[in-house]
Amino acid sequence: MNTHLIGTDVNRIDGPAKVSGAAKYAGEFFAPDMLYAYVVSASVTHGEIKSINIDKAMKVPGAVKVFTHKNRPHLPWFDRTYLDEDAPIDGSPLRPLYDARVHHNGQPIALAVAETFEAARYMATLVSIEYKALTHQTDMAIAIHEAEKVKKTNRAGIEAPPKLRGNSAEAYAAAAIKLDKEYHSPTEFHNPMELFTTTVVYNSDETLTIYDKTQSVSNSQLYVTNIFGYSKDEVRVESPFVGGAFGSALRPQHQLFLATLAAKVLKRSVRLTLTRDQMFTLCHRPETLQEIRLGADTDGTLQAIHTETFQVTSRYENYFEVIANWSGLSYRCDNVTMEESTVAMDTVTPGDMRAPGAAQGVWAIETAMDELAVATGRDPIELRLQNYADKDQNHDKKYSSKELKECYRQGAELFDWTRRKSKPRSNRRGSTLIGHGMAGGVWESPQMPAAAKASLSPDGTLTVASGTSDIGTGTYTAMAILAGETLGLPLDRIIVKLGDTELPVAPLEGGSWTISSVGTAVTEACKAVSKKVLKLAAGLDNSPLKGASLKEVEFSEERILLRSDRSRFVSLQAALAAGDGKPIVEKAKSGPSLLKQHGYKSFTHSAVFAEVEVDEDFGTVSVCRIVSAIAGGRIINHEAARSQIIGGIVWGIGMALQEEAVTDHQLGRIMNHNFAEYHTPVNADVHDIEVIFVPEVDDIVNPIGAKGLGEIGLVGVAAAIGNAIYNATGVRVRKLPITLDKLI
Amino acid sequence: MINEAAVERHSALAVETRLTVNGHAHTLYIEPWTSLLDLLRENLRLTGSKKGCDHGQCGACTVLLDGVRVNSCLCLAVMHDGAEVTTIEGLGGETHLSPMQQAFVDHDGYQCGYCTPGQICSAVGMLREGHVKTEADIREQLSGNLCRCGAYPNIVAAVKHVMTAAAAGEGGAQ
Repeated sequence: MNTHLIGTDVNRIDGPAKVSGAAKYAGEFFAPDMLYAYVVSASVTHGEIKSINIDKAMKVPGAVKVFTHKNRPHLPWFDRTYLDEDAPIDGSPLRPLYDARVHHNGQPIALAVAETFEAARYMATLVSIEYKALTHQTDMAIAIHEAEKVKKTNRAGIEAPPKLRGNSAEAYAAAAIKLDKEYHSPTEFHNPMELFTTTVVYNSDETLTIYDKTQSVSNSQLYVTNIFGYSKDEVRVESPFVGGAFGSALRPQHQLFLATLAAKVLKRSVRLTLTRDQMFTLCHRPETLQEIRLGADTDGTLQAIHTETFQVTSRYENYFEVIANWSGLSYRCDNVTMEESTVAMDTVTPGDMRAPGAAQGVWAIETAMDELAVATGRDPIELRLQNYADKDQNHDKKYSSKELKECYRQGAELFDWTRRKSKPRSNRRGSTLIGHGMAGGVWESPQMPAAAKASLSPDGTLTVASGTSDIGTGTYTAMAILAGETLGLPLDRIIVKLGDTELPVAPLEGGSWTISSVGTAVTEACKAVSKKVLKLAAGLDNSPLKGASLKEVEFSEERILLRSDRSRFVSLQAALAAGDGKPIVEKAKSGPSLLKQHGYKSFTHSAVFAEVEVDEDFGTVSVCRIVSAIAGGRIINHEAARSQIIGGIVWGIGMALQEEAVTDHQLGRIMNHNFAEYHTPVNADVHDIEVIFVPEVDDIVNPIGAKGLGEIGLVGVAAAIGNAIYNATGVRVRKLPITLDKLI
Repeated sequence: MINEAAVERHSALAVETRLTVNGHAHTLYIEPWTSLLDLLRENLRLTGSKKGCDHGQCGACTVLLDGVRVNSCLCLAVMHDGAEVTTIEGLGGETHLSPMQQAFVDHDGYQCGYCTPGQICSAVGMLREGHVKTEADIREQLSGNLCRCGAYPNIVAAVKHVMTAAAAGEGGAQ
């Protein structure tokens, strides 16, 4: 059986469980006498709870308890206790039920607990609350006047704007071609299909087993142990399957806190599931305003870039994501100023959402570049090639690899870019305007410290384990492929375990770093096992591998072969038979090689091409075709990788055309808090999508050469669609989403 | 497995309801406000049917009710006395997948897997309806099943595969 599967199309090993309903998500574990809880959400945006009456609620048959700030157990007052691995350092994390204060609309202010789900839900409707409402501000256009400049980083891995280069003001003033535009992107919600759920199992020894919807079991464990005074031994967090997350489950959400609190106090198991409406009161992609000035020569050579970016945060945490920096990264320009500001409003704290910052920042700069192409009469690809950067302009460092030119070339060829008519409104079929546009995409490829364990049984079955997460990204399968490649095992001999705090610690599942981090750790753990196997094989009587080093042999198809003469080998079975009858267990910790990566920066890149049809009379847009050429290093599972990119493109279609959370500023509340009114792409919105993986060799980014693909599929898509819409209609929309009212 | 005690525990208003679920006959005492989805998930512990919105807007809870695809979150269980329900578990288990389930595996018609049981039940129900001829038809008639991971092109490929195989007489529509 083939054991060299890297880069091929491999069906997910967890597929049969997913298509049969056997895969268990957080809300699908049961415990004896489990209680159900339901959150009561604040109906004011800023203020205080004057009174809260739970009497009626407690009369519901099956009622057990209503938790409020009045009757909650002792909770830590020190807000640092509530920090999690992904929290902004500046500010105070929300402390549910801590006091009478309401910081944002929909804040959890009470928790109804009952013997059944239906009783808890009914109870929640009977809790009556009086508020003292205070004035609030949820309108960015007004709040922007109190914006605060970001001067330093306040979250791990999040960079403040780099210092300015040259003099962008002077260069802009002197430039022959000037562009000065504002780009506005709305609040968006992750909306994973699975509702946020935590099932807390209260064990007989008073320890907790928590099934949480999370992108990091260790982050959930850290949060619970810190706040509720448990030791790590007393709290096991498991999350074998996650029904999508896209960043929303990086930080612990309040259902984890509330379910744990209820279980601890009531000494019973508790399940708490948020409603879809309530999920519109969780973290989200922040609304942004980006002011971009580009100065260029008449041939499009960039002389000045000035980006000033505003992004919304909450009043209680100064969250920010990297938006401005993307504009100065990818194009050669000597005069660059990038400024980032946060705008505090009475909202819940935003959070990382698929390609946080790049989704908005790259959309703006890639739209501006298209405008520059129009202003200079240059072809959009030619303009980008003219300003192409061979070095990371922000850090003045070499790229570990950057096959973006090849993305432009292969993407343009498959898309047949040459048939594009550069003049807007010059391509039509009856009343349908046809447009073609393109944009580039970029995302970082970091490697984080990670640990993994590999255990090879005497019967040749391998178990690989890491406390990482598979949120649909294909982690289970990628771990199996890498393990199989290293030890010459077919997939049906490999068991993968993840999503459990009993397993070696992995980083948060996000930032496109899981394959580079966990994949490397898995590979290294399996390599350590292979060393021991080789020793056993070489020790056999008349072994052809006697004296051979690991480099001189190859593990393939359950054999260990001599590279110099592949007819000479020892079967894995024979080697293991020489062992002591116990599994060979190895753990590995891996992290970035500072020595190797010194002087380099690593990114994934893309070139995205879009064809749109716009109805001239009604302004309706159909994205008929997308071609995305990706430079993402080594591809581990081609099938899942392609799916990841397709998924990102579908997100890009949503971002370009549909997604927008709309706030009623009188109420301070998001009004389209459901799938019927907050539109995401449905099947009928998605047409032809083609994905190209451009060959890209990179032995600096990490030992396995894979860059991670979770974000790059999305980045640049909205710009490519917007640019295609301009090409079709001659209308430039700088305020997302591009709905029909903006085109007619 | 079946937590019928939990169904009865607080149910002075419980109504006797007979349901056949995946071929198993149940006599249940159900409070009138219990949705078919909650009954399946919390009481019968058939958690393959998913809750994504509880408002009939996402399709994750799609099951076959007397052979017809429905959003089980919008069905009150007591209203379906005597009905036959088929959930994803009834279509095929992990080691004996039905053709539609196998096609989803082969075409990577999912990512996180949460909308998947609903997509599959919906696709099976859709093909039974017999109105689907083209890829565009599949897209349109599966648009009640949201997939936030964006697996739509692969879902369409999987359904098309089953549809084509059925037309060629290679297997049933399931």
